[in-house]
Amino acid sequence: MPDSHLSPRVSTSDVAHLARLARLAVTDAELDTFAQQLDVILGAVARVAELDVADVQPMSHAVALTNVFRPDEVRPSLPREDVLAGAPAVEDDKFRVPRILAEEA
Amino acid sequence: MTDLIRLTAAETAAKVATGEVSAVEVAQAHLDRIAEVDGGEHGGVHAFLHVDTDGALAAAKAIDGKRAAGEELGPLAGVPLAMKDVVVTRGLPTTSGSKILQGWIPPYDATITTRIKDAGIVMLGKTNMDEFAMGSSTENSAYGPTRNPWDQTKIPGGSSGGSSAAVAAFEAPLSIGTDTGGSIRQPAAVTGIVGHKPTYGAVSRYGLIAFSSSLDQAGPFARTVLDTALLYEAIAGHDPLDSTSLDVPVAPVVAAAREGANGDLAGVKVGVIRELGGEGYEPGVTAAFEAAVATLKGLGAEIVEVSCHSFDYALAAYYLIAPSECSSNLARFDAVRYGLRVGDDGNNSLEDVMSLTREAGFGPEVKRRIMIGTYALSSGYYDAYYGQAQKVRRLIADDFNKAFAQVDVLVSPTAPTVAFGIGEVLDPLTMYKNDLATLPASLAGVPAISVPAGLSEGLPVGLQIIAPTLQDDRCFKVAAAFESASPFPEIPS
Repeated sequence: MPDSHLSPRVSTSDVAHLARLARLAVTDAELDTFAQQLDVILGAVARVAELDVADVQPMSHAVALTNVFRPDEVRPSLPREDVLAGAPAVEDDKFRVPRILAEEA
Repeated sequence: MTDLIRLTAAETAAKVATGEVSAVEVAQAHLDRIAEVDGGEHGGVHAFLHVDTDGALAAAKAIDGKRAAGEELGPLAGVPLAMKDVVVTRGLPTTSGSKILQGWIPPYDATITTRIKDAGIVMLGKTNMDEFAMGSSTENSAYGPTRNPWDQTKIPGGSSGGSSAAVAAFEAPLSIGTDTGGSIRQPAAVTGIVGHKPTYGAVSRYGLIAFSSSLDQAGPFARTVLDTALLYEAIAGHDPLDSTSLDVPVAPVVAAAREGANGDLAGVKVGVIRELGGEGYEPGVTAAFEAAVATLKGLGAEIVEVSCHSFDYALAAYYLIAPSECSSNLARFDAVRYGLRVGDDGNNSLEDVMSLTREAGFGPEVKRRIMIGTYALSSGYYDAYYGQAQKVRRLIADDFNKAFAQVDVLVSPTAPTVAFGIGEVLDPLTMYKNDLATLPASLAGVPAISVPAGLSEGLPVGLQIIAPTLQDDRCFKVAAAFESASPFPEIPS
């Protein structure tokens, strides 16, 4: 159901933009559904703005650890064939990827 | 003959150690139980996505061999366990409940997996879950929902619903879940078992498929507090492979569980959190919670009411922070190194293939959260959404600190409702509200446990007990005392 505001804050073109940034080839039907749902969800989470936090330090993590180093030692990595066995496409002992550059001329 | 599936993990380990039963018999009894009740996508409990019959029997046989050779066995050797499918297991399929990882066989073990194997615990298989651990009902699994053993028309909680249902249905005495915003505690509550979310950093995240890295924490499920404690001590402890792992001694939870079983809470101060109750909580849940608080008082605990105003904003902060981290973490599913690839026809570019693969491989809830996170982190919105949520997170941690200056533990209902019907909650925001009571502890990184606290409408209710950072033992002491005074409800068979 549409809620009280007349024009949604999240439009289908906003969703299309987000989907592009997130590399999701969403369908037109999804654009409509997600626009409605994201509008409701983002409207609800916008409540974080109600608290006065001007002097509060942001908390990115529950553990106050910084610069955790390990000894710089050479250790064996996973066997190449074990790792490549899970890849969708392999060529010459490497991950094969679709074309990256446009093929001009 | 003893009904092997009904034993506690501690009892099973003792019988295996003395040779009264073999680990192979124990494993076989549970595999038989799985064959009897688990069914699959279209019926039965459907707790498991993959049952590793051969691996379980081989591991059990190895334990029996060690015993025969006179080798010392660990406190859980020969006890079966169900592993959430978000934890990677070398040579065993791991999907995280997603189509994008269908058929993937991990080339390495998570640290938890290694520790479980080293403890002689017998892994039966991998359990169903909401896709990438995003959900509160296990309905977001790409492989169909898990059904609550108390009533198979109801959800088993989520995201670790396969792990909770497996233990409640006597398919395993132990299981592993992960909890990002309540995904161990809420499933434990709605299936009538014990579930513990450890202090953030106490259990290694190495080999956990990441959802929200600053919140994800693995932990144990079992049917008794002592079993839960035994499993925690098997998996906890510093791991150099996880840079957020805490290099501190493991909280003595087994000793605390044994101490608590005496049922004496004299001198323990328990705070009831005003903000985690009342409106939005079912009357039957509130009644069971009030009875639980009266039980704690009867055990000698001093009860006080505390207020944590910022907790009213936990849901808003969480549903910005977790999606933001997920949008970044799930970028690794790029159709290059593992998992699905769609649309690689020689014409489509890498970027096209990536977008088509992610569209085909992710379910709707995962897409929603990726887009919420993408929005919250975008230029122009970052400060108002993600930045603001991080500040609210600090207020929540501060409120815990203030509360724990007054009391030893905090309590609340674990979830606002009992298990609801499969297919009943369709609106995403309504679904998110299942996490109302569990989110604050996740955001602050403090430990919490859910223990069964009676029934409402014939379905289990959970009591949540929260303790300060690294004081997980306090959760276990109070939980064990409560268990001694309020025997856990037996599931109707």
